[in-house]
Amino acid sequence: MNDQTMTPEERAANLKGMGSSRKRVEDVRFTQGKGNYVDDIKLDGMLFGDFVRSPYAHARVVSVNKEAALALPGVIAVLTAEDLSPLGLHWMPTLAGDKQMVLADGKVLFQGQEVAYVVAEDRYIAADAVELVEVEYEELPVLTDPFEALKSDVVLREDLEGQTEGAHGPRKHHNHIFTWEQGDKDATEAVLAEADVVAEEMVYYHRTHPCPLETCGCVASMDKVTGKLTLYGTFQAPHAIRTVVSLISGVAEHNIRVISPDIGGGFGNKVGAYAGYVCSVVASIVTGKPVKWVEDRMENLMSTAFARDYWMQGKIAATKDGKITGLWCHTTADHGGFDACADPTKFPAGFMNICTGSYDIPTAYLAVDGVYTNKAPGGVAYRCSFRVTEAAYFIERMIEVLAIKLNMDAAELRRINFIKADQFPYQSALGWEYDSGDYHTAWDKALKAVDYDGLRAEQAQRIEEFKAGKTRKLLGIGLTHFTEIVGAGPVKNCDILGLGMFDSCEIRIHPTGSAIARLGTISQGQGHATTFAQIIASEIGLPADDITLEEGDTDTAPYGLGTYGSRSTPVAGAATAMAARKIRAKAQMIAAYLLEVHDDDVEWDVDRFAVKGAPERFKTMKEIAFAAYNQAIPGLEPGLEAVSYYDPPNMTYPFGAYICVMEIDVDTGEWEVRQFYALDDCGTRINPMIIEGQVHGGVTEALAIAMGQEIAYDEMGNVKTGTLMDFFLPTAWETPNYTTDHTVTPSPHHPIGAKGVGESPNVGGVPAFSNAVHDAFRPFGLVQSHMPHDHWRIWKIANGLGLHG
Amino acid sequence: MIPAGFEYHRPGDIASAIGILQEHGDEARVLAGGHSLIPMMKLRMAEMGHLVDLQAIEELKGIEVGADTVSLGAMVTQHELITHDGLASAIPLIREAALQIADPQVRYVGTVGGNVANGDPGNDMPGLMQCLNATFDLSGPDGNRSVAARDFYEAAYFTAREDEEILTRIHIPVPGAAVGQAYEKQKRKIGDYATAAAAVMVGNGTASVAMTNLADTPVWSEGASAALASGDVEGCVAAMLDAIDPVADNRGPVEFKKHVAAVMLRRAIDRAQSRAG
Repeated sequence: MNDQTMTPEERAANLKGMGSSRKRVEDVRFTQGKGNYVDDIKLDGMLFGDFVRSPYAHARVVSVNKEAALALPGVIAVLTAEDLSPLGLHWMPTLAGDKQMVLADGKVLFQGQEVAYVVAEDRYIAADAVELVEVEYEELPVLTDPFEALKSDVVLREDLEGQTEGAHGPRKHHNHIFTWEQGDKDATEAVLAEADVVAEEMVYYHRTHPCPLETCGCVASMDKVTGKLTLYGTFQAPHAIRTVVSLISGVAEHNIRVISPDIGGGFGNKVGAYAGYVCSVVASIVTGKPVKWVEDRMENLMSTAFARDYWMQGKIAATKDGKITGLWCHTTADHGGFDACADPTKFPAGFMNICTGSYDIPTAYLAVDGVYTNKAPGGVAYRCSFRVTEAAYFIERMIEVLAIKLNMDAAELRRINFIKADQFPYQSALGWEYDSGDYHTAWDKALKAVDYDGLRAEQAQRIEEFKAGKTRKLLGIGLTHFTEIVGAGPVKNCDILGLGMFDSCEIRIHPTGSAIARLGTISQGQGHATTFAQIIASEIGLPADDITLEEGDTDTAPYGLGTYGSRSTPVAGAATAMAARKIRAKAQMIAAYLLEVHDDDVEWDVDRFAVKGAPERFKTMKEIAFAAYNQAIPGLEPGLEAVSYYDPPNMTYPFGAYICVMEIDVDTGEWEVRQFYALDDCGTRINPMIIEGQVHGGVTEALAIAMGQEIAYDEMGNVKTGTLMDFFLPTAWETPNYTTDHTVTPSPHHPIGAKGVGESPNVGGVPAFSNAVHDAFRPFGLVQSHMPHDHWRIWKIANGLGLHG
Repeated sequence: MIPAGFEYHRPGDIASAIGILQEHGDEARVLAGGHSLIPMMKLRMAEMGHLVDLQAIEELKGIEVGADTVSLGAMVTQHELITHDGLASAIPLIREAALQIADPQVRYVGTVGGNVANGDPGNDMPGLMQCLNATFDLSGPDGNRSVAARDFYEAAYFTAREDEEILTRIHIPVPGAAVGQAYEKQKRKIGDYATAAAAVMVGNGTASVAMTNLADTPVWSEGASAALASGDVEGCVAAMLDAIDPVADNRGPVEFKKHVAAVMLRRAIDRAQSRAG
């Protein structure tokens, strides 16, 4: 234990602390199929719930006849809005200040909406009973286009009729939800009017879906003897769910225990509250038995939270030589039948006002109009911070459109407009304070890594060959420099349903020098048990392998707002470092006592406190831990534990430079990613291997979104992409090779300088792929074409440009 | 995605299987690999009281490669088609096409008989079998008969097979080494049906051309085949474009499908010609 033979570097390496590519401790169980997901939970006497869903996108529910279903042996109950209404649970509040039907209350507003909830002894009987519930509908006119919806006489939300004031200000029309304005409208319009050059374009970011491998589900278990309700579920924010369940069900919060077990991906889909949770809780309270509800893939795609669906009209002004002088954006946001966006309360369009991106744009204006349509509700942050992928896609398309207008190289246009390293902290025109960045260094490194000039030369030659009839393939070079805004967030401006968005960590050191840490977050595959142990290891000098991490049980973990928006490392990671530092501060006093010197006469050395000037006199953290439990130290309480609730002073602003090289077959619309280079700067890097894995996963989801994935509706409001046959989820076959790289610009306000990374690759990846497609056709006159760039839409671009002869 | 209840049967020979089909009429369906039928049951788009699993019937298995004819049992899996060396040298087109069907997990279980008998216009094997001029053996209550692949398909999911018949074997004439073969398929992703696919044989003064998922049945065109046999590639493409009748879906509109159909066909012809002896 008192080994002095190892160097400090060797001792640090043994800790597997920050900077170590420590293997994921979670994978031992996951790779053996030993994970414990919601659907693995089996309780005695458990019943199963299943939904009767609307086949129509807009219809009046005339009647629901349960008789035949109730007559089926094994069916316990069939719940409708009428049954929930006496409890006040036929509607529930959304995270966005709206309310949402739990079960159809007189009408349905989207295909797949929950109409009745069947409870049966097994899931086969439940599914049979769903078929037997007779629902009479009267079809109503369907609105699937947000622009049409704002003009239509058809009232979607009759419950809001006459309400001219919504949760976020005035409503301009009966299908209008809110207008959210940021920046200086008059100044921006003046800049546009006087500019040398203005490029204008509609940039549509289509509706898609997070589609986690595990769908949403829960098991509600009411113990009528103790009065305790245990709710297991696929929750990205278990503590917030407990509070919400308490507020809407009336069950006291101390009688509710929410447990998020292993979660098979969330990507924003599992932040909000769904009808399935409410109905399962009610069914369990009524029957006194556990009730499980797990949606299938089609239900997941049709009814749980979608992402994007932003129509972003943009104007960007610049001088003749390419210096951007102003940015204007008006977004029409299609929210579906209910506004169930999962954003901080004061941000109905999330952080869309990060849409000035990585650029020093002195004047800007953003307005977002939220609109009701006959589509599923949602608008969640699918692997991005709130609406940040939309913002990044918008600005990175507008830069390309401006480059075309200026006849400039898009890489150079970016370079001359980047915020400079010495401008940080940088105050953006739309209200954010960027904490740190060095965009020029990252950009130059990226361009050099891919031999950008060589690629442009190859592209020019390819165009000549194409024109000469020697090839039918074009080469696209997709550029992106993105800036994320993550780590929500400061309690002064970020809350969800009034709950401040701090987060927490509690650490207990055991007498033998191992530890357990509990956090208010919940991993859905991010590897928290691996990385947060590394933070503690570096901070207090105990090996990461000796530290257990627990999340997701509200009875044991400290309160926190959960995991989404890349907030775990910026907020809970900071809390972890701060809790560890409290422990180290007490450990210092213990060490000084044991070494019989003054507190100030010992100094920290990797895994021990040593007497200043006498490094051979030291106490290791293990020795200190034992002493904390077996020595009576004057003035100190026994034990060694700490808790920290961390309210971050600011968001963090990770950034990156992504470059995609794509081959496109003009005749078939087929594409192949030849090269993808991803440089990420997420500040201090905790586990490089996990960062690389996060980048691979995020870029793959970006590939899916840009190149084919969508939730499409026909004019009747039918979902056309409700199965994985039509909803593009890439397999290993479609996934290209990625080259990852990094620069390190620590966050100045985060205790360890980390910024968060899980979502950067989706934010940067989508514009990189889309810009590659656009870039391939730029020489032939393409300015803007909407995603997803599937085969036929790419073919349509080529066809429209006359490339098919 | 939970099917309605059904009785499960697992007969050991063809005669017993036919007996079960006779007993239950249109309440019964045979199950081969299940990759089409089981999803339809889970969607409750197919509901039947009796499922007759053919897995245990030895007579339906095995690949026989003769000098002039290849014979495939209906329950031969796509994986077996791919890994059978004798088959690959006799008719390389089969392996080439089978490798473009779904993914390895599906191919371990999916069968050639199920693929041709289901009558799904998206399946690859029907067009391939028409190109190869295969014949299908059918067994039923009235005994055995054979139907040419080119006469088998009537409409989507409707074939010449009667409800109480089972498709038992497939016989394919060996085209000979001088005949070049190619299968060209455009799809959106692994596991997808074709946006357009073309099976082509050409050489020795003969040719045969069939396409997949461009009408409610596979499309073998006598005119297109004759044109190609005479060396008229453009005539072949024109005749095939006349014969197909694609519909718009999530893969794209009709105009796009016709365009890529021609592209796939030309590419398959190019490759087949380069392989002709």
